Amino acid sequence: MRKAPPTNPRILAGIAALSAVALLIGGAFLGLILEGWREWRNAVDAFDPYLFRVAGFTIWQAALSTILSVAPALLLARALSRHPSFPGRALILRLFALPLALPAIVAALGLLELFGRAGYLSGLFGWIAGGPWQGIYGLSGILIAHVFFNLPLATRLFLEALDIVSPDYWRLSSQLGMGALPSFRIIEWPVLRSALPGAAGLVFMLCVTSFTLVLTLGGGPRATTLEVAIYQALRFDFDPARAVALTALQVVITIAALAVLTRLGANAAGDANLNVASPRLPVAGRSETILNAVLLSLAVLFVLGPLVATVASGVQADLSRLAGEDSVRNAAATSVVLALAASLLSVSLALALVAARRAVSLRRGGSGSLLDRLMDTGAGFILVVPPIVVGAGWFILVRRFADVFAIAPAMIVSVNAVMAMPFAVRAIRPAYDAAAERHDRLCAALGIRGWARLRLVDWPVLKRALAMAAAFAMALSLGDLGVVALFGSDAVQTLPYLLLTRMGSYRTADAAGLALLLGLICLGLMVLAERLGRSRAR
Amino acid sequence: MSKEAAGIGLEHVRFSYPDMTMDFDVEVPSGSITALMGPSGSGKSTILDLIAGFREPDSGRILIGNDDVTGLPPDRRPVSMIFQENNLFGHIDVAKNVGLGRSPSLRLTETDHADVADALARTGLAGMERRLPRELSGGERQRVALARALVRDRPVLLMDEPFASLGPALRNEMLDLVLELQAERALTVLFVTHHPDDARRVASRIIFIEAGRIAAAGPVSDFFGEDGPAAFQHYIGNEGRFARKAT
Repeated sequence: MRKAPPTNPRILAGIAALSAVALLIGGAFLGLILEGWREWRNAVDAFDPYLFRVAGFTIWQAALSTILSVAPALLLARALSRHPSFPGRALILRLFALPLALPAIVAALGLLELFGRAGYLSGLFGWIAGGPWQGIYGLSGILIAHVFFNLPLATRLFLEALDIVSPDYWRLSSQLGMGALPSFRIIEWPVLRSALPGAAGLVFMLCVTSFTLVLTLGGGPRATTLEVAIYQALRFDFDPARAVALTALQVVITIAALAVLTRLGANAAGDANLNVASPRLPVAGRSETILNAVLLSLAVLFVLGPLVATVASGVQADLSRLAGEDSVRNAAATSVVLALAASLLSVSLALALVAARRAVSLRRGGSGSLLDRLMDTGAGFILVVPPIVVGAGWFILVRRFADVFAIAPAMIVSVNAVMAMPFAVRAIRPAYDAAAERHDRLCAALGIRGWARLRLVDWPVLKRALAMAAAFAMALSLGDLGVVALFGSDAVQTLPYLLLTRMGSYRTADAAGLALLLGLICLGLMVLAERLGRSRAR
Repeated sequence: MSKEAAGIGLEHVRFSYPDMTMDFDVEVPSGSITALMGPSGSGKSTILDLIAGFREPDSGRILIGNDDVTGLPPDRRPVSMIFQENNLFGHIDVAKNVGLGRSPSLRLTETDHADVADALARTGLAGMERRLPRELSGGERQRVALARALVRDRPVLLMDEPFASLGPALRNEMLDLVLELQAERALTVLFVTHHPDDARRVASRIIFIEAGRIAAAGPVSDFFGEDGPAAFQHYIGNEGRFARKAT
């Protein structure tokens, strides 16, 4: 008499999305394992001292980058928190959100134009050093670039933690007349200390898997990380066995780092939120204020410098000639088409996962199941599988039976879509869950379902969140160099790839112009995404 | 205008939560107003969800009129339900929210539009067609939900503490409106309330439940008399002494 419970289309969609992701990752690992199986002797031989030196350098540069990013970030976050309202504070916070929006290759170029051998500051540094300035190169370049990206990120993470401290604590501390040191010891440090492992872990993770910055700023075999070595093994030496060995090592290191990271309670997806308001009264004394002002000014200069350098050298480039070049136009068109496709795919996957997660958690007794957990945390977990690893796996797998470069568009779209998916999930999920909470029963009672529900109920409520996720995913995908570096060719070039080739052939002015163009597009998309997110919160 | 009046029957309806099993066996006569009362967590909302189809029983049958509706999806049951809140889509104006009661894809004929306008007028909302729910007061929002129930034109109306967030005067006003509409359409109304005054004002019967069982059911007068069920007297704070009015 009773009907069997109908299979929920939302759960089916989620399973389909998970399967697509599993296919992408699984295919890559299949390729690696098959190659390792077939060429096991070569793969084992590849574990030579050079490989271990590369692995050691990967960890070493990541550890240094983490310390150099996180330690100053503690002081900066504290300074921002002690001065809750001064002119320009909101601007500083916005500036600190910029590096996240900037494609790594654009930032790398900006840093070279500032600190490079022929950079704007080479005269100054040469005078200080008392000789010709050699420019940032190797470890120093990698460290500066990583700090440029991660110092602002860590600062914002710490500030977020400090902003959660109850305003009553601050009122109490000023009533009790606590100075800078006691209130640091009693109020701020406990909060920062609890946020420290998560933030440091996240930065370490980002630095271990960083590819573009090391590729463009690292120098030669002495300053190479595993990811760059994988790329070189496949693109230059054509040594798949070595690539397999390198990838295996990279995966081991990432998994180990992730294990530590989750134990420390870090959020692998990072955070794109920006907290501007803070309800506290200013409490800092005079000398502390001066110290904080100096700290903040230095940080602002450090973050602003490469941005200004990018713009300054970008406008010097012959932009009109660049815009007229066929290769540039083709690359721009390719970039936009691929990024649009990636963003669409990413948002669809994210929406399917979010909807399925909701449906699963509503099902009686369904919570805690494997499916539930996969949909909940599986999305964030993707972030730790580096795009280069996925790309390398498919590269090795496909080359056996097809032209590797022919699948470039599919690889770029799918890998970028999956890499942006955790961010899309974070953008969509709160809006979706809130809307479902309000509307599910009502829709069931009135029989609103299928297309009518999408058109009348879900789309009006979710379009902002979806657009925000799409803009974000598109920006990430546009700026990415990881997969296209492996699969790019004369036939399939994106803007970052073209930028890399122009840099490689020392056409610096062209590169600067392209960097400006790419940076502006990505920035525009990020600003759009943030606007959409903000007005939703209204 | 309304379809034939229909009573509600729950025949040994069992429903399990991880920590509690509920078992209901009760009838709601057609064309009556019944107040569903009981302590928090006793299963009042669960009964409404079972009748409306938001939950399916582990065993037993649910009858509305002469039909077994067990297993039917919510929108196929001859039932309209009004929740305590979130009865309206916030991004859709009042007239469309009501119109959704006639067509879930909002494809409305001229007659439908006229019925929507009538229902809005009947619930005192004339002139508010284009407003969004956030521009309405709490009472007005529940009026929109009532208007939609009129347009849906189903013989059974379920209400889960529909006026709990309104002040006493407004609540009485809304209850009187429900009473009028019920008389006009010969509706079978079952509503959850915590206020004995609500029951006395509009209901002819009370179902009192405790810990997932029907503790008592019958005419309102049986409950408030001196020999009313002890558990109910305890619940409304009138233990043994029916001297003062419950507040």
